[in-house]
Amino acid sequence: MWQQLYGELKDKNFMVVAVAEESRGADHARQWIDAAKSEYWQLIDVEHRLEDLYNLVNVPQAIWIDEGGKIVRPPETAGSTDHFRRMDLKTRTMSPEDQAARQAAREAYLNAVRAWVTTGKYALDEGEVRERLPEVTPAIAEARARFRLGVWLRLHGNTVEGDRQMDEASALHPESWSMWRQAADLDEVGKASGPGFWQRVQALGEKPYYPPPKL
Amino acid sequence: MTTTILTPTEEFTVATRHGLWMKAADAEKVTGWTLKPEGMCRDELCVPLPPSAVAGDEVDVAAFWHKLGGPAVSNQDRDVWALGAPPDERNAALKDREAPDFTLPDIDGVPRTLSQLRGKKVFVATWASW
Repeated sequence: MWQQLYGELKDKNFMVVAVAEESRGADHARQWIDAAKSEYWQLIDVEHRLEDLYNLVNVPQAIWIDEGGKIVRPPETAGSTDHFRRMDLKTRTMSPEDQAARQAAREAYLNAVRAWVTTGKYALDEGEVRERLPEVTPAIAEARARFRLGVWLRLHGNTVEGDRQMDEASALHPESWSMWRQAADLDEVGKASGPGFWQRVQALGEKPYYPPPKL
Repeated sequence: MTTTILTPTEEFTVATRHGLWMKAADAEKVTGWTLKPEGMCRDELCVPLPPSAVAGDEVDVAAFWHKLGGPAVSNQDRDVWALGAPPDERNAALKDREAPDFTLPDIDGVPRTLSQLRGKKVFVATWASW
């Protein structure tokens, strides 16, 4: 997904780290990784550790880190948009206008990454980074612990209780699409984008599924 | 009984009784905090424990973890526990802006660590098959 960007910028002291939030493990992600023919790191995160550390709620989200290891843009939507919410569910297609708008938003985001790497533009100052960081609440912390426990129980054959823990995690942290969709996928491949998913998306109303990055 | 304890990055198997009562040495292995007369200590910091959470060389790690503000949750049989990071710790780390370090395997199982990339601009992005 990021190979073209990486190819353009790799000689400019730049690296891409793609992290698969994939509780089914590496083999489940392999076909996409092979197809991407990427030269950057492709990591597998069975337990969604990155989401715990960086307080993430969905994919794709990106974090920009400077040469000194400082966060210069906290987690934000990485090039995706909400146009999919208007697609024709029977044919799974979007209108040409929506496809174009989606493409334009993605290109604008990629251009921001390019500008950051070449000129430093779009790196946020300290105050702005802090301002934009979402807070980890006690409910979110408990949700993460229950999600971790749920993944472990499922991987060790205790499906019923694993599911129960993951349901509880989603109830504690309803903003996390990753927890809900991962649990649905562990239950059955495809369920993460099935009717239950669309119901949850509908229930958002005016709220975004992918909040647009404030560039 | 033998209990599995999951921390955000590790997994331990230790002998426990009545929940998460365990030997101080095991508590240290699992939490990184050492039992001292002042309480549970890490580096210069000590967190006092209520008298009900210590008995001889044993400590109630669930009680200690709650004192830290972190979640301690278990399965029904109480033989698998997850100790989650205290939210204050996560928030302080992010507000410091230092990118939290992590090590994850690549597709071939080779461990990769974010801090190995120090000196470069790094774009970290998540994705999933689901």
